[in-house]
Amino acid sequence: MAIPNVVIQLAYLAAAVLFILGLRMLSSPKSAPRGNVTAAVGMLIAVVATLVDRDVVDFKWIALGAVIGGAAGAVAALRVAMTAMPQMVALLNGLGGAASALVAGADLISTVVDAGSVPTGIVPTAIVLSVLIGGITLTGSLIAFAKLQEVMTTAPITYPGQQVVNALIGLGMLSLAAMVIMDPSELTAFWALAGVSLLLGILLVIPIGGADMPVVISLLNSYSGLAACATGFVLDNSALVVSGALVGASGIILTKIMCDAMNRSLANVLFGAFGAAPEAAAAGAAQDQGTVKAYTPEDAAVIFSNARSCIVVPGYGMAVAQAQHAVRELADTLEEKGIDVNFAIHPVAGRMPGHMNVLLAEADVPYDKLVEMDDINPQFPETDVALVLGANDVVNPSARNEEGSPIYGMPILDVDRAEHVFVIKRSMNPGFAGIQNPLFFNDNTMMIFGDAKKVVIALGESVRNY
Amino acid sequence: MLEVEAVAALTILILAFFVGFEVIAKVPPLLHTPLMSGSNAISGISIVGAILAAGGEHGTTAIVLGVVATAFATFNVVGGFLVTDRMLGMFKQKDRS
Repeated sequence: MAIPNVVIQLAYLAAAVLFILGLRMLSSPKSAPRGNVTAAVGMLIAVVATLVDRDVVDFKWIALGAVIGGAAGAVAALRVAMTAMPQMVALLNGLGGAASALVAGADLISTVVDAGSVPTGIVPTAIVLSVLIGGITLTGSLIAFAKLQEVMTTAPITYPGQQVVNALIGLGMLSLAAMVIMDPSELTAFWALAGVSLLLGILLVIPIGGADMPVVISLLNSYSGLAACATGFVLDNSALVVSGALVGASGIILTKIMCDAMNRSLANVLFGAFGAAPEAAAAGAAQDQGTVKAYTPEDAAVIFSNARSCIVVPGYGMAVAQAQHAVRELADTLEEKGIDVNFAIHPVAGRMPGHMNVLLAEADVPYDKLVEMDDINPQFPETDVALVLGANDVVNPSARNEEGSPIYGMPILDVDRAEHVFVIKRSMNPGFAGIQNPLFFNDNTMMIFGDAKKVVIALGESVRNY
Repeated sequence: MLEVEAVAALTILILAFFVGFEVIAKVPPLLHTPLMSGSNAISGISIVGAILAAGGEHGTTAIVLGVVATAFATFNVVGGFLVTDRMLGMFKQKDRS
């Protein structure tokens, strides 16, 4: 029962079409769940088509890998906390890149060792690209995972001459790549190339700080697609080429959005080691800016008793304190008191694109209350209370009006234009960028110090009892 | 692969990039996290190559690489689609009843 190759190729085409349709349905939260299922059906078709390929003669090893990977993937997907979603995506990026690189490696080895032949044409170049990109994606993602999980320091790791060292290793990698392309039967050079790619993935990500992770994850997302693309060229398989290009394009778009939202170039994010020397920057900014006014949740409840509107600005601090459910309860309480509540979402709030939206959706905040920066900024001047919760740099007015500031030019949420600003913060420590925030010293700003979750719960009680 | 076939694959690649940019640009920031996990599941398409490597007539090294690739790619496909479904199920509109 040999299935003709043309049928298998048509099945791959169907899979690619379903991927595109599925991604298109992600344009609205209503159709998005169907879009995901559509893409999954496409994947099922591609897998079945491959299993009936006449080159597949033995199923036991496939089953072994599929059972282990499938079980681990299912457990991870069903158990991961929404606050840990950046780590999950980092892991998915890394494994995707690694799978593509391994496939390219297996293809080279079976050609050279098993068939005693040599790959020709564009194939050696594609193998090299796949291993190189896939290797960097794997270890780079694992370092990103470790930083996000905080099993290693989230601060940039730098040392003198770092960029020279990386450049030399990069050059070494390119010469190994050239050697493999010129003589693909030289497997020693191939293994060395794989090793150097893995090393470079580590070295490139360690100097990047925790708050820059949205960019890193987006970029690695794009790499995992590009690795699949290269593997598509190795196998002459259009399904891999198309899918890889879709994912590559997605990662590139997200990377650009993240960089724009920080007003920094990709090169600056990758090589700038932003936040590496907070002491120096903090010392410069620590000059007297006035006094900070510390208030209690009860004081805030008095203000709320006269308020009609409130915009909540969540940041990474909300995720760290796991405060999203408490925030939703506070929003419910405020709405019962007749206060209109909305949420302002900065593109780089949190540790990955869309992080805050997922957390608040998990806490049952309706998505029509999650408003993008450009849409909500005009509303701040007419808003009675802006409640800043674990966000800092994305609400720093220096970005708007202080030309010397490291974050000058970065688009921010204009919370300082609201009638009253409440800032819930653990302490007066400066934000990730190591710069002081003049917002905290403004006359209309009330600081409430403490753990975000506890303060939000106390605030809710005070408002209810007022 | 012959030169002409390489150009054909390159043509598909470039066109797919254009389609990708058009389609992804329409995804709202609200859904950027599910977009990342969902696109990760799609990049698990390397499972196709992994199956060919693990199930073909190859020597031990190629099969071992193929099995590991199958495990990783299946993790991506199963984990990616499931976690995306879980997240998308949380996005609800305001209850207007």
